[in-house]
Amino acid sequence: MVDISVTRTARRPIRWTVLLDHAVLIAGSLFMLLPLLIVLQTTTMPDTDIIQHGPQLKIGDQFDENLQKAMVQASGFSGENTGLRMMLNSFILGLGFAFGKIVLGMMAAYALVYFRLRFATIAFWLIFTTLLLPLEVRILPSYKVVQNLGMLNTYHGLIVPLIASATATFFFRQFFRSVPEELVEAARIDGAGPVKFFVDILVPLSQTMIAAMFIIMFVYGWNQYLWPTMITTEESMYTLVRGIKQITQVLEGAAVPEFGRSNLLAIIAVVPPVAIVIFFQSWFVKGLTESDK
Amino acid sequence: MKRAGFANTWLPILLLIPQLSIVAIFFYWPALEAVQSSFFLQDPFGFGSTFVGFENYADLFGSAEYRKVAWFTVIFTLLVTFLSLAIALLLAVKADTILRGAKTYRTLLMWVYAVAPPVAGFIGVIMFNQTWGPLTNLAGLVGWDFVLGVKFNDTAFAMVLVSVWKQVPVNFIFFLSGLQSFPKSVREAALIDNRSASGRFWDITFPLLAPTGFFLLITNITYALFDTFGVVDTLVKGEPGNNPMTLVYKVYVDGFRGNDLGGSSAQSVILMVLVLVLALTVFQFRLVERRIHYT
Repeated sequence: MVDISVTRTARRPIRWTVLLDHAVLIAGSLFMLLPLLIVLQTTTMPDTDIIQHGPQLKIGDQFDENLQKAMVQASGFSGENTGLRMMLNSFILGLGFAFGKIVLGMMAAYALVYFRLRFATIAFWLIFTTLLLPLEVRILPSYKVVQNLGMLNTYHGLIVPLIASATATFFFRQFFRSVPEELVEAARIDGAGPVKFFVDILVPLSQTMIAAMFIIMFVYGWNQYLWPTMITTEESMYTLVRGIKQITQVLEGAAVPEFGRSNLLAIIAVVPPVAIVIFFQSWFVKGLTESDK
Repeated sequence: MKRAGFANTWLPILLLIPQLSIVAIFFYWPALEAVQSSFFLQDPFGFGSTFVGFENYADLFGSAEYRKVAWFTVIFTLLVTFLSLAIALLLAVKADTILRGAKTYRTLLMWVYAVAPPVAGFIGVIMFNQTWGPLTNLAGLVGWDFVLGVKFNDTAFAMVLVSVWKQVPVNFIFFLSGLQSFPKSVREAALIDNRSASGRFWDITFPLLAPTGFFLLITNITYALFDTFGVVDTLVKGEPGNNPMTLVYKVYVDGFRGNDLGGSSAQSVILMVLVLVLALTVFQFRLVERRIHYT
């Protein structure tokens, strides 16, 4: 926008600054992209080739075989942590987390914004204090609690404790407060009760927000590492991101490390969340940047 | 709450119960448990525990190792925050002025947001592979004998690099959307008043971005303190040994590997207090900031 008017008056000197702008952006893009491309290149090579030469400027023919190994072959003792199994677990964690978070968050936010409630202030602070302390800080006692409840190595043990934070509630509270007040008044005059108002008016109004939240929360859930590392000790419960730890340890110990297989697993752990973020870019950016207000 | 709300009493309570009970069981209970067990010394073989008062805390503050970890965390946090904010700001300003290919650049610069920290760490391990890692080779060209996971400073360098790589995209997204929300009139006025681009940046753009920058500053500090766990864990390759680590990582190492429940809980409590202080500062600043809004 800005540069058009300037370009007209002084063409030559401005051209160079435009070139410089592009150079900076290209350098930034390469900084972001190159590491992944290098890892991707290694997944097309035989392992012995990688060990001898490292990443090279050519595309090998081993991709199919490495993919086969990554998806079907297991590295653990039980033979249950195949790439497919871990991917399934990652999807369950990501979707379950996003779904739970949004449903609970919308319910609580609706109660806080649209009702006259005596304990509203207390409830508000009880919920919003959770924004301050991430799970990482209280990791050991959380583990003990989940252990006492017998929820180790279960999907709900994996998902529910992660939901105990108020990000979605906060987000929806902000959004609900920005919804014009006349809507509630009109709905009440028309005789709509709280449930009808929520289902027929508020939820349709929030569609874009729900979509944005869903993307952010899915990525957040999929990328969880510390909690799954502690809660899942059975290999059949591993997620892709949690499996990374085991992959690095296997690489360290092996005589001929399976770089093709492990690097491809890392790529597979990256592709679904990245694809979602790229495809639904505008929603995602909107949701992310709205949340700070 | 809205002026015009609904008057039911049981419905809002019913709506709040799921969230409140999850928060109570998985947030408040563990948090209180941490405070409580920080005052006890646990028998390493699990035969009960004895009340020791503030001894766990005294041990921590007296320990040279804990102080070393705390110092590393401070320096690490400052470096990661500063570098990722600076790089992201530069890229956002450039992406905002450019006309051609703006969308492509935006996509190329933001996708790393979705990469999990441990996967980023894993990619770092590959890049710094001892025998053929491209970055190890690059360091070798300038005579730097880079050994990841063995030399303290080298591992610390890799941690900062990977953490910055992972964090630049979020900052970029926020800065760019902040820049694009500037009113057109402000830009035009600035263009008339000030011909030099760097002058316009420091006099107009930078102060206008201050609220976004402040929000990001806090986000980045919390990121460097807590979310880099996965990066640290993969880059030290599961062998903390002589390697650098952050305070959060030490909570995990002492609690799970060392089985020192009391000491680990005391560390958790220290971190909680630290975060609460940080949060209160933010709260105070936000109140002030309301009054210095420019737009």
